[in-house]
Amino acid sequence: MVVNKFVLRFSSALVDQPVIYHLVKDYDLVINILKADINPHQEGYVVLELSGDSENYNRGLEYLKSTGVDISPLSGTIFWNKDRCLQCGACTSFCPTGALKMDQDRLVDFDGSRCIVCESCLDVCMARAVEVRF
Amino acid sequence: MAVERTIAEINEKIKQGKAVVVTAEEIIDIVKEKGVKRAAQDIDVVTTGTFGAMCSSGAFLNFGHSKPRIKMTKATLNGVPAYAGIAAVDAYIGATALPESDPENRIHPGKFLYGGGHVIEDLVAGKKVKLEASGYGTDCYPRRHLETWITLQDINEAILFNPRNAYQNYGVAVNTSNKTIYTYMGVLKPRMGNASYSTSGQLSPLLNDPYYRTIGIGTRVFLGGGIGYVAWHGTQHNPTVPRGENGVPTTGAGTLALIGNLKQMSPNWLRGVSFLGYGASLAVGIGVPIPILNEEILASTAVTDAEIYTTVVDYSSAYPERKPEVLGKVSYAELRSGVIKVQGKDVPTTPLSSYAKAREIAQILKDWISSGSFLLTEPVQLLPSVEAGIELKSLEIRNNS
Repeated sequence: MVVNKFVLRFSSALVDQPVIYHLVKDYDLVINILKADINPHQEGYVVLELSGDSENYNRGLEYLKSTGVDISPLSGTIFWNKDRCLQCGACTSFCPTGALKMDQDRLVDFDGSRCIVCESCLDVCMARAVEVRF
Repeated sequence: MAVERTIAEINEKIKQGKAVVVTAEEIIDIVKEKGVKRAAQDIDVVTTGTFGAMCSSGAFLNFGHSKPRIKMTKATLNGVPAYAGIAAVDAYIGATALPESDPENRIHPGKFLYGGGHVIEDLVAGKKVKLEASGYGTDCYPRRHLETWITLQDINEAILFNPRNAYQNYGVAVNTSNKTIYTYMGVLKPRMGNASYSTSGQLSPLLNDPYYRTIGIGTRVFLGGGIGYVAWHGTQHNPTVPRGENGVPTTGAGTLALIGNLKQMSPNWLRGVSFLGYGASLAVGIGVPIPILNEEILASTAVTDAEIYTTVVDYSSAYPERKPEVLGKVSYAELRSGVIKVQGKDVPTTPLSSYAKAREIAQILKDWISSGSFLLTEPVQLLPSVEAGIELKSLEIRNNS
């Protein structure tokens, strides 16, 4: 079983293709969509969690690549700037998944694998230490 | 025999590398283990720390004279206005100042991404900062306008002067209304969805010397990563507030006005910050050493988060309307647990002041003193305490007629 989070970016030519349908139907993958949007230029993105057995998972990813969808791991889109962080911990009370949390020593830490890119932390951080780069 | 020490005696030990220095966190277990009497015999200095947003901060700058000279009546640094209503090339850049072009809260909530606090951080980081100034021109100062780039090292003086820092205790902010509000205590979720608090509790300078028995004008401190001094009691200094049996105020009380040479400070401890929907500010790192002159002073430094209480205030109505109502009383131990109970409801807590950085400051100051590079100073005059009878005034709105 493989589980990973990705950001998929769809060009305007791809945005009306039922790509996710094929991932479910043809590759038996479990999809959990965390976030999605289509902009006025008809370009879209989807943040999703993809899980399935490793063979289906790999074939599903191959299929995704063959469609021309741009795929990047979610961990590459959210940046917690440790040097910028003031270690106050305010973000930890807004993060719904515990991706931002404080340890025993009251130091803030970011676990990208738990992040769902809800962006709740961005503006509540007085130091603006978290950045989303889509 | 009860311990009695003078600051001069402590300094003698510091110079010999023999002073025993611990942080305000370390002293807690030491006192639990040895008791106040033994601990007071053994320990010379307890160091404190705090690191959080402190709006009443800023810096006096002297830019040096241009050729031909200008008498600046308006000056901006990276677009942020500095107060130029003093001598020709002196100005004061305040932490909360915003560029004229900032949309503020016109699109609510505003982001306030760059303000005076950020200018100060950039200067301290050694970055080039754009200075624009204008004046009306005089016979002795004929120039009317200038634009140039400065760095901290280029200018004559840069004096951090913060009229109010290191608040001794502070209220907890909640929002009982049905919509999110945006305050200097951060974003407050509706229906008491969170509670923000902003002191370093048992590590905080004035909570460790509740009656200001050792802190006064001239006290040498850690300020912004360098050396600073207590210049005066801070604005709104109010010793006349309710206190617990241990003497610790249960609401905002004493404050410090601090001064120091910006040129020896560090951007790690002076950081521009932005409060959504509220404004820009400066996070300031401060550490105050407390000389253990007697057992009573030591006992106060052993205060724990569980023994420091503060009041819960509704920022959706009581605070903005200046009503005295409070919703409850909680300890810092409860606040740091992550959840407090307010009127029967469990409310998650939002820390705004960095406990980890406060601990780091107390540790740095401890190292400075232990290594002999930081000597204590004898205050010229202690801060006004309870017996001064200070009454915090409010501003009444009066009609002209």
